[in-house]
Amino acid sequence: MSHFKNENKLSENKLNENKPNREEVEVMADDKKRLTKKDLISIWWRTTFLMASYNYERMQNLGFLYGIMPAIRRLYKDKADKSAAMKRHLEFYNTHPYMAWSIMGVVASLEEDKANGGDVDDAAVNGVKVGMMGPFAGVGDPIFWGTLRPILGAFAASLAVGGSLSGFLVFFLGWNIIRMSFAWFTQSISYREGTKITGNMQGNQLQKFTMGASIVGMFIMGVLVPRWTTINLSTVVSSKTGDDGVQKATTLNDTLNGIFHGLPALLLFLFCIWLLRRKVNPIIIIFGLFALGILGFWLGFLALPTN
Amino acid sequence: MSVITIILVILLAFLAGCESVVDQFQLHQPIVACTLVGLAFGEPTKGAILGGTLQLIALGWMNIGASVAPDAAFASVASAILVCGPAKLETSNGIALAIPFAMAGLVLTIAVRTLAIFIVHLADRYADRANLFAAEALHFFALLMQGLRVAIPSALLLFLPPDQITAVLNSVPDVIIKGLQIGSGFVVVIGYAMITNMMATPRLWPFFYLGFVVAVLADINLVAMGVIGVCVAMIYISLAPEFSKKAVSGASGDSLDSILEDY
Repeated sequence: MSHFKNENKLSENKLNENKPNREEVEVMADDKKRLTKKDLISIWWRTTFLMASYNYERMQNLGFLYGIMPAIRRLYKDKADKSAAMKRHLEFYNTHPYMAWSIMGVVASLEEDKANGGDVDDAAVNGVKVGMMGPFAGVGDPIFWGTLRPILGAFAASLAVGGSLSGFLVFFLGWNIIRMSFAWFTQSISYREGTKITGNMQGNQLQKFTMGASIVGMFIMGVLVPRWTTINLSTVVSSKTGDDGVQKATTLNDTLNGIFHGLPALLLFLFCIWLLRRKVNPIIIIFGLFALGILGFWLGFLALPTN
Repeated sequence: MSVITIILVILLAFLAGCESVVDQFQLHQPIVACTLVGLAFGEPTKGAILGGTLQLIALGWMNIGASVAPDAAFASVASAILVCGPAKLETSNGIALAIPFAMAGLVLTIAVRTLAIFIVHLADRYADRANLFAAEALHFFALLMQGLRVAIPSALLLFLPPDQITAVLNSVPDVIIKGLQIGSGFVVVIGYAMITNMMATPRLWPFFYLGFVVAVLADINLVAMGVIGVCVAMIYISLAPEFSKKAVSGASGDSLDSILEDY
């Protein structure tokens, strides 16, 4: 086959390919590192514990590393590569825990590609993770927390309030069967599709992919900052009595959001970046933010969200 | 109360605490936790009734983004201990107490989620040495803390008189609980700042601000935002000079084959 390709170097067969010469092809075929079925099952099971070390600094980062570990063990033998992979997956990560399998599958295939010499850099891997985590959480929250659990929970509760154990059984078994099969199904699909995408990429295309992933990542981050941050500056700026005699207060939050929606969250976010670039320890920033919450509530300029 | 009952209840409390963060098997949901604690006390009917009632209250308690909902795990286990256990509280009283327990649990889980930051920093250090086992151990140590933060107060509940406990619960000042809740609403910005700081290049910042201003359109959900993001990325890549250079030289007369050859 490869001999045939070499002879037809200028033919149409070369379209969108940048095949190395015959010797290299053979070496690659021999050395190609692949995840085994066992690795994939292991990743599936481990991802169950994605949230176990949930923390306020980087959220599910250690959980993601724990999930992807079978891939790291399989793909990287060199200590420096292992260390780099660990650091790569200790970056901030947060999504709906049930949508994590879809992302895990793609990342596993990306890692596979990287280990086989693909030009996938850290920013690309994290770009894919960030680019997927926002939209996927957007799918998972309404489906699982917003719809499935209340419906199944309410149905089971209606059985249980009569004193029957069937409600408990229906809820517990029903939920876990749905969850575990959904997890395996989505992880398998995304791993297969991810391999297809990365498997077809060469040279320039990978750079494009990397750039594209970073763009989507930054764009989604821009969406998440105002959407997933809850901040309510409750200082009353002005208040007037409406026609119906009801006092209507305008808070600082209303004013700032009126200038620019999500401005309080953006300012806090930019302040954090500014502190990080000045090498302030993130732990100190986190404690500072909690202290700000308590102080703000005590002094009355911060409140719980009203809606 | 036999020793086996005590061990079973504390074990269930521990598992509910783990599940409150893991959120997979749903052992922290009232209908599961209360029923199982009821079974451990030999009072499955009481447990199921309490669990079913609390489940209806807790239907909307969910962790979205980084905000933490009232803690169903400690609320369920604690109420079930008081209703099905030696205190033999009325079911209605157990339900009334569930809310302060959920608030106390909320404060505890925020504390553990903050302590887990130190665990993650330790993991960073082990990443330098490529020590995968240590990272695994740290991951489960964090889970252990979540389990214990429900198991230990539940164990106390087994032995302390209920009125003493409610007195303690009520003594936590509102300013601390509310303040921590407010803080947990915006403490996420540090995570966003860290990853953005890692990805950001001057060329990428405009895409962040683009996302930020589009976020105001609440009708565009995150899935649609993902579509917009991918479209923007595709448009940028097809227009960006660093990627289209070769296409330009192609237009000036080279054959398609040699362009691809040049890749």
